Amino acid sequence: MPAAELRLVTAGPRPLLRAEGLGVTLAGRRVLTALDFELPPRGLVVLLGPNGAGKSVLLRTLQGLMAPSEGRLIWREPPPRPALVFQRPVLLRRRVRGQLAFALARGGTPRRARRARLQELAELCDLTNLLERPARALSGGEQQRLAIATALALDPGFLMLDEPTANLDPAATLAVERLLTRIRARGIPILLVTHDVHQARRLAEWVLFLHGGRLRESTPAQRFFTAPASPEARAYLAGRIVP
Amino acid sequence: MDEIARAFALALELMLSGDRELYAIVALSLQVSLSATGIACLLGMPLGMLLAAVRFPGRRLLVVVTTALMGLPPVVVGLFVYLLLSRAGPLGDLGLLYTPTAMVIAQTVLVLPIITALTRELGEALIEEYGEFLAAMGLRGARRIPTLLMEGRHALVTVALAGFGRAIAEVGAVMMVGGNIRHVTRVMTTAIALETGKGEIALALALGLVLLAVALAVNALAHLGRRRQRELAHAGG
Repeated sequence: MPAAELRLVTAGPRPLLRAEGLGVTLAGRRVLTALDFELPPRGLVVLLGPNGAGKSVLLRTLQGLMAPSEGRLIWREPPPRPALVFQRPVLLRRRVRGQLAFALARGGTPRRARRARLQELAELCDLTNLLERPARALSGGEQQRLAIATALALDPGFLMLDEPTANLDPAATLAVERLLTRIRARGIPILLVTHDVHQARRLAEWVLFLHGGRLRESTPAQRFFTAPASPEARAYLAGRIVP
Repeated sequence: MDEIARAFALALELMLSGDRELYAIVALSLQVSLSATGIACLLGMPLGMLLAAVRFPGRRLLVVVTTALMGLPPVVVGLFVYLLLSRAGPLGDLGLLYTPTAMVIAQTVLVLPIITALTRELGEALIEEYGEFLAAMGLRGARRIPTLLMEGRHALVTVALAGFGRAIAEVGAVMMVGGNIRHVTRVMTTAIALETGKGEIALALALGLVLLAVALAVNALAHLGRRRQRELAHAGG
């Protein structure tokens, strides 16, 4: 496939991000190799791939927690503030209100505006009745929604989530998916890592498929699910173990 | 057996009789050990978190030294502070030897490594848990210290209690720099040592029981204060 076809056909003229020859080496091991892709300025992109493909490393690199060892990331100007929701929700030893207040302060929300913004976030993430509960005593689904609200408190221009529904039951998964739909409607571009192909079908507008640290597909979701180009993606979608 | 029964009776009698001298001794013991623990916490907790959160030249050495000093013998601390504060010592002009201030200094030196080393361990565990999250929140290095102290606050109560336990129980350091002067620098441990030396075993035992009761009371108070906050500290499910 020619390189040009791997690029996104984006809604706007300027992509959110362009990665050129991105490579990451950790402790002498190449985890990501020569990734070229663009992310659209809005909408939801799903990042798929088997365990060990390098998905979490890619998220951490985009978040700035890891440095690329090769290539470069070209962000839209002005660069959007990224926020990352980790696979296991990170919860402070505080009440839900305290955790959100901490994140709002970190995100630079002026003191006067924090109370209203906190209320707004709680409503968006369906946490209004849980504000006085200790964060660590919430159920799995509630914890994940709090983790998402915490990321949103930073007022991000780009939201990444690492398997946010991996350990949730169907009802809690649905609640998180609905929340993601609401966030997308607010114009915040989302990059979602998931192992759940059905979830990817429900949510994705675009799919990045990673395998063995290399990008095998960067395709509109519909095309990815109906006619995947790479043998690895075909095997993955067919539920076969991809070597 | 008789001696022990007599000691219990005497201890009860002492505690209930409102013996002024006993209360003064208990009060001074608490004042010295709580002050020393407080100062050691103010210095040692940020220092411990700094050792956990920041890599700098000499850090490893500091970690080894603070950990090793946890087992510092009180008499050695007493001797060291004595040399500092004695007339010929570098701080002799301050005239602090045989005052409660000298006892606070000695106990602070004794407790500081405990607070620092235990806080550092706690800090490392917290960084394991929150490091990436805090980095994603724009907090790295020393800027993480206030959040780490906040998130570790429940465990830090236990750290402070460990320090207080060491301070209130030691006798060697306060004896050397305080001198066990009646009405001035006599605390429970030095009084026990004195009464034992005089053969007043029952009185010494009774004082020991009072000391135990005081230590238990301080721990119980701290525990009560912590229980209200406890639910915040523990992961549900």
